[in-house]
Amino acid sequence: MKANVFRSAVLALGLAALLSGCEQEAPAVNGAPPSFRLLSEAQYRNIVADLFGAQIMVGGSFDPLVRTNGLLTVGATSAHVTPAGLEQLDLMARSIAGQVVSEKNRDVIVPCTPASAGAADDACAAKFFGAVGRMLFRRPLTDDEVKVPVTIARDAAEDLGNFYDGLAAGLAGLMVSPSFLFAIDTTEPDPGKPGQIRLDAYAKATRLSLFLWNTAPDDLLLTAAEKGELHTKKGLRAQVERMLASPKLEAGMRAFFNDMLAFDEFAKLEKDSIIYPAFSAGVAEDAREQTLRTIIDLVVTQDGDYRDLFTTRKTFMSGPLGRIYRVPVSRPDGGWTPYEFAEGDPRAGLLTQVSFAALYSHPGRSSPTLRGRAIRESLLCQKIPDPPGDVDFSLFNDPNSPNKTARDRLTAHSTVPACAGCHKLTDPIGLAMEKIDGAGQLRATEAGAPIDTTGDLDGVPYADAAGLGKAMRENPAVPSCVVNRMYSYAIGRTPERNEKTLLDHFEKNFAAEGFRVTELLHDIAVSDALYAVSAAPVRAAAVSSGKDDNS
Amino acid sequence: MTVLLPSAPSRRSLLRGMMGGAAVTVALPFLDAFLNTNGTALAATGAPLPVRFGTWYWGLGHTPGHAIKAKTQTGPGIDFLEECKALAPLTKHINYYGGFNMPLDGRSNYTHFTGWVASRTGSAPTSNNEIPAPTLDLLIADAMTAPTRFVTLDTTSVGIPRENYSARSTNNRAAAEASPEKLYARVFGPEFVDPNKADFKPDPKVMVRKSVLSAVSEQSKALSGKLGAADKIRLDEYFTSIRQIENQLDLQMQKPAPNKACAVPPPIARDGEEQNRPQGLEVDTVVANHKIMSKILAMAVACNQTKVFNMVFSDNFSHMRRPGQTYTHHLLTHEETPDKELGYQPVAFYFNCRTMDALATFIQTFASIPEGDGTLLDNMLIFAATETNYARVHSIDGVPVFTAGRAGGRMKTGLHVVGNGDPITRVGLTAMQVMGLPIDKWGTKSLHTSKTITEVLA
Repeated sequence: MKANVFRSAVLALGLAALLSGCEQEAPAVNGAPPSFRLLSEAQYRNIVADLFGAQIMVGGSFDPLVRTNGLLTVGATSAHVTPAGLEQLDLMARSIAGQVVSEKNRDVIVPCTPASAGAADDACAAKFFGAVGRMLFRRPLTDDEVKVPVTIARDAAEDLGNFYDGLAAGLAGLMVSPSFLFAIDTTEPDPGKPGQIRLDAYAKATRLSLFLWNTAPDDLLLTAAEKGELHTKKGLRAQVERMLASPKLEAGMRAFFNDMLAFDEFAKLEKDSIIYPAFSAGVAEDAREQTLRTIIDLVVTQDGDYRDLFTTRKTFMSGPLGRIYRVPVSRPDGGWTPYEFAEGDPRAGLLTQVSFAALYSHPGRSSPTLRGRAIRESLLCQKIPDPPGDVDFSLFNDPNSPNKTARDRLTAHSTVPACAGCHKLTDPIGLAMEKIDGAGQLRATEAGAPIDTTGDLDGVPYADAAGLGKAMRENPAVPSCVVNRMYSYAIGRTPERNEKTLLDHFEKNFAAEGFRVTELLHDIAVSDALYAVSAAPVRAAAVSSGKDDNS
Repeated sequence: MTVLLPSAPSRRSLLRGMMGGAAVTVALPFLDAFLNTNGTALAATGAPLPVRFGTWYWGLGHTPGHAIKAKTQTGPGIDFLEECKALAPLTKHINYYGGFNMPLDGRSNYTHFTGWVASRTGSAPTSNNEIPAPTLDLLIADAMTAPTRFVTLDTTSVGIPRENYSARSTNNRAAAEASPEKLYARVFGPEFVDPNKADFKPDPKVMVRKSVLSAVSEQSKALSGKLGAADKIRLDEYFTSIRQIENQLDLQMQKPAPNKACAVPPPIARDGEEQNRPQGLEVDTVVANHKIMSKILAMAVACNQTKVFNMVFSDNFSHMRRPGQTYTHHLLTHEETPDKELGYQPVAFYFNCRTMDALATFIQTFASIPEGDGTLLDNMLIFAATETNYARVHSIDGVPVFTAGRAGGRMKTGLHVVGNGDPITRVGLTAMQVMGLPIDKWGTKSLHTSKTITEVLA
């Protein structure tokens, strides 16, 4: 990642202050009251993998989140834990704990050996829970807090006659605690602003880590919090630089784009196997993965221009996808390989990939309306009103009519005033993709009739889906949308009206930095806005968040 | 932060006492499953058998004029037409409610959403994802006093956990069990205690689990005073969820009374044909999974694992489809041209028929399980509803509702109830009253009602 390498080099030379001095401060905002945000399924899984290793299996289901301001992450800020949901979390916690202390894993994960495997060992248990609890709760545990799982472990070891069973019981307890399941904004008086509060350093670390990595803070970040470094611009910036250069950034960005593109919908995607015999659950999985790989490669690995996602011919191909794209794939092992479509190929940009085309279609046919709506809402942040409740669609679906193509059928919608307003927003751009069928395969005709893919996006004409991609690339709503979504994702709520100046600032910097997502991430991550909280009940931290230094 | 250490010595002492014997009989608290010798009432108190409640949801309503023949007055007898002919043999178990409306006071009809939200919460939503109040099944579950292992069991046969139309609020909705295998494992897996097994040995791990949850709960209470009002409610919900699991564990540590109605179904995995069952929205798959899940659910009720459940047969946009067809059920309702001779959309009608067939299967499943001197269904109330009357134009007035079961003798059945344009909430209010809720009104704005449907009360 070029930008990060550059920044790291600058830091190494001790010129960070000079660099920061060149950047314009983000406008101040009031922030919202401290939040109590439920971990998402992906965050839960990432934390388990980071802490115990990828070999630990996480099974079970999570309560569904409600998409808010285009993001499930925002919905998580007001999500509840239902009885059935906690039952699942309890089940998962016990399963994970059992795997952690299994003979296969205990020697690697548990940092001590008990005096006897058949009896309690408080010292060993305390050592384990002190270390693990710090990572799960994203802050050090107090001595009293450590005593809780230690006591559980002791009692359970006595009842069950096994130290490791006791350890598993204590660990399961930590993993169903709200201190683990919720990211809690703990606050403290702001020494620089008498009468006001601020996030304590650990809450800052958690907010930053969930934003950039979609997981809990690592040891270095928690240590920086402990030392009070996150309360200094220099210390915060150093951690942000480190995190942006980390391989974990990929997981973080995957989570963001998965959320922004509503790729959770893949969970219920299915195609008719008679109409689309080449499409399968494996294809669907690979289609999602292909798009995420394309995005990560362009915006993280290559540190490229976000807008190029709509025109890029570079992607990655798997064997199952090759059959849908009808291109040769030279990986007999079924793995991924870089692929670039030729100049002039109809495939260019995310909108022409199988993921987008298939996800926003019906099981047996394409849907210009669903595709157009997804572009407007997910990529341009424009709200399409809900359809009216009293329209008889069959009026313009007479099979004896000459309407063979989707364009013919949808044009008929414009004859109904109640429909016309919204369909004018969705259908023209959706129709640009009509030469890609409901499974993402290219086609030239529909029902024997040629397909017309011409149209315009907000006045910019195009001839086909690739042309729509070019129009998207130049549309100012595209970068504006990703800025809004990124900031909303970071703070876990919908931006307030009074944050428009801040968003304008981020947007301006984003453009000035060549629309590089890494720069946008950096800009948000080092801003005061990400950590701003307004006056509300103060949640005292269990442990001091470290020294104060606002320099 | 003040930390309270686990405070369950008495339970641990009890456990250790319990663990002393290999197979023990423990003094039990009152359980509903103790029947008198006639099997008509609870031996301990003479009280009637417990009444259970369930909902059954289907998407996209009916084909008007081809489902139920309209009537002008409430009375016995339901004229099931072709779409609903599978229900005809079950008339004695069913009530049909037609002609009830859904006034929205100027609020939008969010298509395929407003209908189910209004009929289940008594309030019209103000956006396309708002759930303005708890659904009636949860209000009923809250009023159930005797604990069961599950407060509710939410299930769906469409294979998508998100398709659950039971919720406390917009952001407070559980995932449904969406596969027969998972439903079976949850209900009849290792944590199920068979009431008809001679030996009972409490599992010491269950007690350990309870101690763990008690400790976590105690430790976390300190958070409560430090949260804002809305977040405090969410934390309270968390504690409620903890208590629910603790109740489950309590039940697992007690020997349940023998229960003749409880016949544990064989594990799904035992039947080769049912292993790795396909999931998805192809209509035959939905119907097949629904049939299996109905049996599991019915036995879960018979075995006293829950008193409240929800089944979503098809989602509110009914994405069910037939192999090789480009149109889903939902698309057909909007885009299929009605057959001039038949007078309806024939393929959409096919899906509606399959749906009503499934409802009949569901009702029959409960009616086939003997309980006391009748059947399980006699001691239940099933509330079967949809979100629209005529999906082709998204009409919500006249949205059809069925109830099934006599609710322990509290309901008459076999009636066609005519709504005359009254709010649909009258059905929900009556259902909740029959289930014993001490309420005399329900709903907001024009959906508010205090009019019980007295004609159905026994």
